[in-house]
Amino acid sequence: MEWQAFRLSLELAAWTTVILLPLALVIARFLAWHSFRGQSLVQALVALPLLLPPTVLGFYLLTAFASDGWLGRFYETLVGQPLAFTFEGLLLASILFNVPFAVQPMQRGFEAVSRDVREAAWCSGMSRWSTFLRIELPLAWPGLLSAFVLTFAHTLGEFGVVLMVGGSIPGETRTIAIAIYDRMQAFDESAAASMAAVLLGFSLAAITLVHVLGGRVGARRG
Amino acid sequence: MGLEARLEQQGPIPLQAELSVAQGELVALVGPSGSGKTTLLRCLAGLYRAAGGRITVNGETWFDAERRIHLTPQARRCGLVFQHYALFPHLDALGNVMAALGQLPRQERRERARELLELVHLAGLEARRPAALSGGQQQRVALARALARDPRVLLLDEPFSAVDQVTRRKLQRELAQLRSRLGIPILLVTHDLEEAAALADRMVILHQGKSLQQGPPQEVLTRPASAEVARLVDLRNLYSGEILGQEPERGFTLLRWGDHVLEVRPQPERRRGERVCWVIPPGTVLLHRRDRPSRGERENPVEATVTEMVRLGENCSLELRALGRPQVAISLMLPTHVAQRNGVAPGEKVRVSLLADAIHLLDHDPSVA
Repeated sequence: MEWQAFRLSLELAAWTTVILLPLALVIARFLAWHSFRGQSLVQALVALPLLLPPTVLGFYLLTAFASDGWLGRFYETLVGQPLAFTFEGLLLASILFNVPFAVQPMQRGFEAVSRDVREAAWCSGMSRWSTFLRIELPLAWPGLLSAFVLTFAHTLGEFGVVLMVGGSIPGETRTIAIAIYDRMQAFDESAAASMAAVLLGFSLAAITLVHVLGGRVGARRG
Repeated sequence: MGLEARLEQQGPIPLQAELSVAQGELVALVGPSGSGKTTLLRCLAGLYRAAGGRITVNGETWFDAERRIHLTPQARRCGLVFQHYALFPHLDALGNVMAALGQLPRQERRERARELLELVHLAGLEARRPAALSGGQQQRVALARALARDPRVLLLDEPFSAVDQVTRRKLQRELAQLRSRLGIPILLVTHDLEEAAALADRMVILHQGKSLQQGPPQEVLTRPASAEVARLVDLRNLYSGEILGQEPERGFTLLRWGDHVLEVRPQPERRRGERVCWVIPPGTVLLHRRDRPSRGERENPVEATVTEMVRLGENCSLELRALGRPQVAISLMLPTHVAQRNGVAPGEKVRVSLLADAIHLLDHDPSVA
């Protein structure tokens, strides 16, 4: 069992959710309640990582992240470090390939909050911020929770993109999914099996949690 | 004092409406679906901003397009009951009302919310969530929540449309009782003419965003300002005719209607030879009895053939074609037993009187036959 790889995966998942979820919340809330020109294109862009083969996404990201790529060069002049094959690069890639997992459930969540209910809150004297905290968030909560768990669990499990942009540098970019693959390649089946079991148990627990909490919120709402 | 509003815009939803509601007055805003009723209400509540116009409440300006004033819904002290109530589904009845009591110190909110729920006859149901309440109970929670802000104006958007008839009658009675205790302007949006007539002091007819007439229900429903209003208030007995002259000594205006000359309540502003429209409410078309002379028999008698008879519970809705004017129909309502006793049936000939007092003259409208 490679605890370092497992820890790195957890760190990557934690940072991804911390950075992505607030951004996704703003995007999802906007997409749920507004219609605008080019909306279909934006929706398609949000969903794109779901359909694209990870290697394709990885290829484009790696090209952009490389020292002679536009993003890599920009990052290097800004921070003084390369982006490709670093934890930061991996984090950025992880944020991008998780966009649909974060945005879509939240969007469904906010779509379930009717305009009437929000307007009723304003007419009851509640400020927009108070309406957001006391009405929108509790009602969209199942969607937010799904977004959190899906993003977290999906980051733990992502393989293709991580391999493309991260390589397998221990302590930097070697996640548990990569470690399992490496162990298998090295015919160390028992190590691969134990890590796979840990990942399986973790994912199952996460999904169960979503259903339990989602069900409880549903019951509370009647 | 009270609510005064004038709203105008070309599009996307055309508006050209004016209305006023005094303190303690209940005004019904009536119009068919899509006539702009809800948009008008949303303007008043601050949820929609019209391009032009002005809204004042007790002298305080809520909206003034020219002076670029547009108070937010939060700043308006306006109670709004949504058509489908829009209760907060995750809060219980008490929580729904408390959410609208932000102006009170925290510890007083619970007590006040209880009082309000008691006012709308919901004591004991404080802990129920909306999903566990009946339609009528939800409507009451919505009303209590709307009253929680101590509003300067109360707006009701078709509040009785989503409940069964028994509950509707009960809620209507409660509203009639409540309004005297509130003493604020109440605007009731409805497409139900009977409801408007039963509850409102005045009604405003709205069509395609335009306010066409306002006045006491009885006046609007029997003396519409135009052929358009007549159609909107379902006055089907709408015809065209020509003024033959005035007879002030006999107290009539004479109206030619096809071969008939009708004596009409004096309306001296009409000129001889003027083309006009006229209406008569179905309730003022009297059937003559077969067996013996009836009251008012000499008043504008018209012979007609029954072309349609539809029984609606205890009443019958009749359609007649007058001899000499077969192209237009005359509608009237009769108690079913009266129809039966007088042998009224499709194809039968009958005599009716068009009561002179009830005939109301309107400006000519080319769309009227």
